[in-house]
Amino acid sequence: MSAELNMPAAPSRQASMAKFLKSHMRDYGMLISLLAIVAFFQYMTNGTLLQPLNLTNLVLQNSYIVIMALGMLLVIVAGHIDLSVGSIVGFIGALAAILMVQFHWHFIPTAIVSLMAGAAIGAAQGYWVAYFRIPSFIVTLAGMLVFRGLSLALLAGQSVGPFPVEFQRLSSGFIPDVFGTTGFHTTTLLLSIATPAIMIAFSVAARIRRHRFAIEQEPLVLFLLKSAGLFAVVAYVGWLLATYKGLPNVLIIMALLIGLYAFVTRDTTIGRRIYALGGNEKAAKLSGIDTRRLSFYTFVNMGVLAALAGLIFAARLNTATPKAGVSFELDVIAACFIGGASASGGVGRVTGAVIGAFIMGVMNNGMSIVGIGIDWQQVIKGLVLLAAVCFDVYNKGKA
Amino acid sequence: MNSILEMRGITKTFPGVKALDNVNLSVREGEIHALIGENGAGKSTLMKVLSGVYPHGTYEGEIRFRGQPVAFRGIADSEKLGIIIIHQELALVPLLSITENLFLGNEQAKRGRIDWIAATARARELLRMVGLTDSPETLVTDIGVGKQQLVEIAKALSKEVKLLILDEPTASLNESDSDALLALLLRFKEQGISSILISHKLNEIAKVADRVTILRDGTTVETLDCHDAPISQDRIIKGMVGRDLADRYPRRTSNPGNILFEVKGWSADHPIHPGRRVVRDIDLHVRQGEVVGIAGLMGAGRTEFAMSLFGRSYGRNIRGKAFLGGREIDVSTIRKAMDNGLAYATEDRKHYGLVLDNDIRHNVTLAKLDGVARRGVIHHEREIEVANDFRRRLRIRCSDVFQHTVNLSGGNQQKVVLSKWLFADPQVLILDEPTRGIDVGAKYEIYTIVNQLVAEGRGVILISSELPELLGVADRIYVMNEGALVAEMPAADASQEKIMHAIMSSASKSPAAAVRESLQ
Repeated sequence: MSAELNMPAAPSRQASMAKFLKSHMRDYGMLISLLAIVAFFQYMTNGTLLQPLNLTNLVLQNSYIVIMALGMLLVIVAGHIDLSVGSIVGFIGALAAILMVQFHWHFIPTAIVSLMAGAAIGAAQGYWVAYFRIPSFIVTLAGMLVFRGLSLALLAGQSVGPFPVEFQRLSSGFIPDVFGTTGFHTTTLLLSIATPAIMIAFSVAARIRRHRFAIEQEPLVLFLLKSAGLFAVVAYVGWLLATYKGLPNVLIIMALLIGLYAFVTRDTTIGRRIYALGGNEKAAKLSGIDTRRLSFYTFVNMGVLAALAGLIFAARLNTATPKAGVSFELDVIAACFIGGASASGGVGRVTGAVIGAFIMGVMNNGMSIVGIGIDWQQVIKGLVLLAAVCFDVYNKGKA
Repeated sequence: MNSILEMRGITKTFPGVKALDNVNLSVREGEIHALIGENGAGKSTLMKVLSGVYPHGTYEGEIRFRGQPVAFRGIADSEKLGIIIIHQELALVPLLSITENLFLGNEQAKRGRIDWIAATARARELLRMVGLTDSPETLVTDIGVGKQQLVEIAKALSKEVKLLILDEPTASLNESDSDALLALLLRFKEQGISSILISHKLNEIAKVADRVTILRDGTTVETLDCHDAPISQDRIIKGMVGRDLADRYPRRTSNPGNILFEVKGWSADHPIHPGRRVVRDIDLHVRQGEVVGIAGLMGAGRTEFAMSLFGRSYGRNIRGKAFLGGREIDVSTIRKAMDNGLAYATEDRKHYGLVLDNDIRHNVTLAKLDGVARRGVIHHEREIEVANDFRRRLRIRCSDVFQHTVNLSGGNQQKVVLSKWLFADPQVLILDEPTRGIDVGAKYEIYTIVNQLVAEGRGVILISSELPELLGVADRIYVMNEGALVAEMPAADASQEKIMHAIMSSASKSPAAAVRESLQ
């Protein structure tokens, strides 16, 4: 019971495998679940799941969910929730459509105005949450209604489109192949070999530094396995995509954002403070952290990312419809919780949310190919969400 | 006279702490029995054992009620026999009416349907018994604290009470409300209802109690009969504090320097009840290398003062000036207070001190993340070094600095809180009950840390409810009561009796004082 009873053991430099696996069960468990789900559907769909065309579709279909999950993770870690993101997707899509189609704006100023509008929406909601202490559930529920209504009003109930080709490329475009080989996208393959190689190089450097400071770290075997796995998976996906049209533009945006948010949450003072705010707001406040401003900015950030998702979604459909983004918030929130975020705040990781989003995405895609109706898809997704969170609670109770 | 209640040999241990050690308490039929003792003496624990909050089997000893041995599994069991406890923090639902509160869990219902007419009539009757004339429809939130206390008692009456336990019922009441409540107890006594009264206010006890049992450090010191001979305050205080002061405090040669920190005319109001002054006109100073203690009972306003000073984290309508090294400083936000050299380590480490779900490392650097970061990017290795450094210096017992603070013992949690504030490198550190709920060994280590701090020329303000601790650690002691400083004394001249006298004689300079004096 009391920690005083345990004599301080000599700090072991390298944690024993069993102990390390146990304390990181959640992280590995999720990764393994994703791989298992992929393998399952790859088998069930007779290999359709990982066909280059379908893989490209999978990325395109999930990009906006992943991007919003990044912002939602910060909101949830800060101890809040944002139900309005689906409506913001719809509203921003409508706004961009009106600007480009009716007012003939160029897509760049349109994108800038749209992102600023997203920030303003996030600020408006964050203001009530942070400075008036109105529960975020209520504020964003209101926002959900307001912005759904406003997108209907903007579009006058019609679909507006199509968009200029340059704008469509945001979603449907692929990176150019500098080598110009036909039938195979060499740049894509090189990028998808270089990226994991660079990531592994960075983690080796970190391992060396940790070793110098005598800090406990992941057992070497696990590290090698994980690195090899990462390299294999990314290179394989890259190769698959290279045999089709190459890397979608959206994938590049998504990858950069994932990297940025992983960095912010793990390595910056702002990220750390958000975790402290969600973990214990009073303690964070008494430690000199401006908790209100921090909450406010997590909502501004969410608004910008939702706006970006709105642009990508509109570009993908090549039209803005009043129904765009309906129930996206549920997928985004589910992704965060499947990814291990805690509903009471303070816990959650970017990689978790991204994996959570892909688990949802692969299931959506796989179940559709297998021919499971939308009705049962919802049932299964709901049960998976419940199971993931049950696993968390069970794990926590055991610790 | 028959005993209604006999508690014999009650022993209750919590992990690492013996809260009650072989305590005996005997209450006679139809008497008012006062239970007194310092904070932490075990009064509340004893009453929780009696009322079944700690069920039979979690303690040792025997309880007999009206001659029968009893084994309560929960509050419901003790209430069934007519033992009703009224806690210091009232258990009323503010937004329900008096009637609804009176019959909460005991609704006047037939087959699930509440008979509101019968309930209201019965409520009116109960209210009359406690001398309340308010309408039973009134919401509890709309009546004052004194009346709420009476509603609690009326609720007890609705349950055929035989033994009424009141835990500091007058702590938040004004003089006339207190008197009304005490008069009510005397009326109950005539009707044959026994009461146990827990109180710090000795004048009240002198006024109504038949017998007094004194607890100290979880043991029964003695039971005094007020009818045998008038009991003086000195007699009671001696019983309360009369423990030997072993060598529990590390030695330190104190040589305070110039005035480092000064507060002038500091006042603050209650955050919810505007106009209720909680901190009154405090003047206080701390010298370099000095430990200044603030003594007082619970609710004296010490924490409120400290938190209002630390970036206005408590209260509203805060007035007063703060000076560091003779220069006035801005302490209007926590950030500014910290930047100007202040730090406040809270009394409530779980709710205000630590992010329990985070590891030791993250908690240690939380107040000064910039100290391990460059341009907003955290240097993880440096951070771990800092955490390990504090782990060594403060001897935090843990498997490593990646251990979550929720899994640490109280003493080690406290050391993490201290590490956080030591890393923030303040000039003046306010420690609010730094040793509450931690064992003797860890206490000694925390006193050693305090000594190191002042040896470096910093100032420490030590808020503590444990008088021996103040006497053992502080250079100078302020005594606070009802929001104001009522005495100041060098620790060398101070004694527990002196401090208690300062508190008692500042309290209730009022009609009741006459009663008290007549007993001396």
